[in-house]
Amino acid sequence: MIAIIDYGVGNLFSLKSSLESCGIEAKVTGDPREIRAADRIILPGVGAFEDAIAKLRADGLDKVVVEQAQEGKPLMGICLGMQLLFDVSHEFGLHKGLGLIPGDCVPIADVIPAGLKIPHVGWNALRFTQKYSPIFKDVKDGDSVYFVHSYYCANCEKDVTAVTEYGADLTASVRRGNVFGCQFHPEKSGPVGMKILKAFDEVQGA
Amino acid sequence: MIAKRIIPCMDVKNGRVVKGVNFEGLNDVASPVDLAKFYSENGADELVFYDITASVEGRKIFTDILVEAAKQIFIPLTVGGGISTLEDFDRVLKCGADKVSVNSGVIKDPNIIYDAAKRYGSQCVVFSADVKRVDGTFHVFRGGGKIDTGMDAYEWIHRGVELGAGEIVLNSIDTDGVKGGFDLEMLDNICGDLSIPIIASGGAGCIEDFVTLFKELPCVDAGLAASVFHFGEVKIPELKKVLKANGIPVREVEV
Repeated sequence: MIAIIDYGVGNLFSLKSSLESCGIEAKVTGDPREIRAADRIILPGVGAFEDAIAKLRADGLDKVVVEQAQEGKPLMGICLGMQLLFDVSHEFGLHKGLGLIPGDCVPIADVIPAGLKIPHVGWNALRFTQKYSPIFKDVKDGDSVYFVHSYYCANCEKDVTAVTEYGADLTASVRRGNVFGCQFHPEKSGPVGMKILKAFDEVQGA
Repeated sequence: MIAKRIIPCMDVKNGRVVKGVNFEGLNDVASPVDLAKFYSENGADELVFYDITASVEGRKIFTDILVEAAKQIFIPLTVGGGISTLEDFDRVLKCGADKVSVNSGVIKDPNIIYDAAKRYGSQCVVFSADVKRVDGTFHVFRGGGKIDTGMDAYEWIHRGVELGAGEIVLNSIDTDGVKGGFDLEMLDNICGDLSIPIIASGGAGCIEDFVTLFKELPCVDAGLAASVFHFGEVKIPELKKVLKANGIPVREVEV
């Protein structure tokens, strides 16, 4: 069973539906016992970093997520959920994240040429790096996935498994041991996204 | 490179797709869920459901359809029609919509755009306008494109962007239904200098119209159409092949 962490941010309906359509049992929950009992964890998220990390902390779920990741349980952050895994974010001030992956979240505007639109919205291609990620085992280099974001994860070269080109190479996915992150939305990325979710469901914990 | 998006739009009335006629390989062309599923499996990058029902019962059927669609379709879904309050946003987002399109409903109180962007994020708010030429200028029309508001389209759209809209849909009443191509002049006039994604709507009649749209106006990010897709006059996989051959970046899909 995959626990989708519910901390009052965003619409988790399509994430749950997409997992279920892949035949994966999923539960939307904010209950630490259920999260601990799950085989894998997905940390979703839309909106602003500060608000999201505050809500996660208010429920004490930050500690549960970190503890479970450190115990070796496969964890995947999606979109803002991936950014939360990092040390810090520079979105409207400086905010501490969960610290599971070294690096920080910075505005896309800092690295792309002027004139390109922000947010980066739409379908863009994945380009794999040298670092392997088992969640891409059934996906091809060049396959497109759906992005919506204005910030991206930087200074994390060692853990980047895929980038996407939007005026610059933006981090599309990371992996550090059993901790995974996708800047794009696999649950909105059609058949390619389904393959990624299925592969995550097959990842074994450390 | 980010792909130009192709977006079929379905007008839904009393639970059925309006204008959906004669579609090869699909038994019930008027079923919004079946049609949406067909599109999502055949290369559509995003889908729009537009609720043109007026009755309360019709609205309930619409939200039921939305829930069913969101269970089966895993590409972005935008929902519009009769949205004028935050409660309306809430209602359709809870049913599985990813983005909400506002049009006439925010003319009285455009601050809904700001409030919704603050609560749900700009990426969730699609600002849509029906535009028509009046004495050489572009006016915003309301009531399904029937009533001239007298407002200048450029100013109205830019106001929506300032209030926090995340994407713009510009529908040309002059070219809508004519199938003679998108309204390049209007699009260029109103959104040449916008910093958020622009979706062009109204006038697509053939594949070449999409090629012209993206070639002539690099500022346009997506093309939206209804009947050319519903009638099978433009098949999305073929459309994408031609766009690609013309050097326009698209998301390729195995069909």
